Amino acid sequence: MTQRAGVVEPPLLEPDDTAGAATSSGGRRLPRGRSATSLTPTSGLGLGVALLWFSLLVLIPLTAVLVQASEGGWSAYWDALRSPQTLAALRLTVGQAILVTAVNVFMGTAIAWVLVRDHFPGKQVLEVVIDIPLALPTIVAGLVLLSLYGPSSPLGVNWANTSVAVFLAFLFVTLPFIVRTVQPVLLEIEPEVEEAAASLGATQFTIFRRVILPSLTPAIASGAALSFCRAISEYGSLVLLSGNLPYSTEVASVRILSYIEGDKLTEAAAVASILLIVALVVIVTLDVISRRVARYG
Amino acid sequence: MSIRKLLRVRSGAALSAVVATVLLLTGCVGGAAKAPGDAGTTTLHLVGYAVPKEANNAIQKKFADTPEGKGVVWEESYGASGDQSRAVVNGLTADYVNFSLEGDVTRLVKAGLVDESWKSGPTKGIVSDSAVVIVVQKGNPLGIKDWSDLVKPGVKIVTPNPASSGSARWNILAAYQQVIANGGTEADAKEYLTKFFNHVAALPGSGRDATNTFLEGAANVLISYENEAILARQSGEDFDYILPDATLKIENPGAVLKNANPKAKAYLDFVLSQSGQEEFVQKGFRPVVADTPVGEVAGANDPAKPFPVPPRLFTISDLGGWDAVNTKFFDETTGLVPEIQKATGRSQ
Repeated sequence: MTQRAGVVEPPLLEPDDTAGAATSSGGRRLPRGRSATSLTPTSGLGLGVALLWFSLLVLIPLTAVLVQASEGGWSAYWDALRSPQTLAALRLTVGQAILVTAVNVFMGTAIAWVLVRDHFPGKQVLEVVIDIPLALPTIVAGLVLLSLYGPSSPLGVNWANTSVAVFLAFLFVTLPFIVRTVQPVLLEIEPEVEEAAASLGATQFTIFRRVILPSLTPAIASGAALSFCRAISEYGSLVLLSGNLPYSTEVASVRILSYIEGDKLTEAAAVASILLIVALVVIVTLDVISRRVARYG
Repeated sequence: MSIRKLLRVRSGAALSAVVATVLLLTGCVGGAAKAPGDAGTTTLHLVGYAVPKEANNAIQKKFADTPEGKGVVWEESYGASGDQSRAVVNGLTADYVNFSLEGDVTRLVKAGLVDESWKSGPTKGIVSDSAVVIVVQKGNPLGIKDWSDLVKPGVKIVTPNPASSGSARWNILAAYQQVIANGGTEADAKEYLTKFFNHVAALPGSGRDATNTFLEGAANVLISYENEAILARQSGEDFDYILPDATLKIENPGAVLKNANPKAKAYLDFVLSQSGQEEFVQKGFRPVVADTPVGEVAGANDPAKPFPVPPRLFTISDLGGWDAVNTKFFDETTGLVPEIQKATGRSQ
């Protein structure tokens, strides 16, 4: 609660914690004029620990993937990427991931809105249930999806072994990301700001577009990035339902697994490196979009 | 700088210090040595594929009653055959390995972990046999009797993915070679396999996933192994299986590593004794040692005569051995199976 009191006191909003999604919109109101080199010994230690941690967990393994990809030479790398089966798998994976992320941007924000702004019976239950796709081992999720959308579906549908299966599995595992990134930001927005806008004659739509959306956008963007990256790397939850048919329902992670099974590590790393590049491009694009929207509303 | 801000910086620093200390401590503690085993016991490490776990455990129990097996303690690791083999290459401790495919042992030979002479024994390195079978729904509603019935209208086949599951390759090879065993040419065999792939509804990642997909009803035919079918029926699954007249003999290898404890070799010898083979038989595997007493095997089509010999049972050496087979059928760019999948996948 003391923290919350601190938020209204302007000096505390200075870029001590630039990690939070909310502060990048806050940065617009505050000058960013502190020299990058003036680190105190303690913050230097903090930075050191953070970098060490990040290197051990992320940078070194990523470099290992890229080194592995280059080991077999460029010809093996290009051969892997020119394989029509790999291209089909990459196209399916990235296409479905973009589609799912787009759906999540709307549905995730809407669910977060409902959870924060509305009161209804069963709200607490919904709060807990939202996270289940993250808690469930993906292979169990796969079994759930198979019995729900497979041939013995109680819904009377059969989407097994079609690309709809890939879409559904992605949708299932990525549901919580945008909900969970948008929710806390929505909680922080002071109702007074909206009331002020309304008293100045803004319509509901204008309030949403000019007041709420700019503060939500960074959160939506980071949730979308998480959701996209989770989707392109998904394996467990979809293998049972998708049927892994080459050229029609085979995803990139199954391709990678196939290369590994055939002892073709260079080719496996090549496909993985493409996924990494796609993820990077999407993250940067989302960041650019969110900065634009946050600035101009 | 306000006082509150100073406080925040200080507490942030304290937190970093704590984190750093914890990191250092865990770094030191992590290296603590494991307690050595009790005197008089030997620890053997078994690394294997998941299916024969129960058979292995039963054999280990019997082995413990022999003079060589006295005091042997087991540390076991089970998983997908290819993954397990790669884990051993990457440093997983193993004395005895039991894989589903010869190639998974060959990988260890190439890495210098298993002696090149591992196939010189009377069973050529094989510890258990089985056969490729056709699993159908209870009562066989489609009236399937043989391979030729699989390419009739309405049949939907599920078989594990030959690209991501090495052991799934047995099934594809059986479907191909049976044409030749029945007097067809290589062109006929290719034509059959193309039709076969046109009827494939799903290629799940592993044998177990394929069984799940079949049981869910996504397909009406499952290509599987006799031992898997028997084991599943022993554990209560309700389906029928058909042993085609022409089919492929499945051969699962076992090997002892170069630097293994000598007791591991004694264990391999025991696995290949009649007493050891009996346990494989009970779990639905065909014995590799002639004259192994085959009693009743629950779950088999005819428990009293569980392993009828099909008239045209061929082996991987009839196809030229694994090296030739992997190049001819499964090579990414020139193999027959990727080529057929490209042709059939596009038309789906």
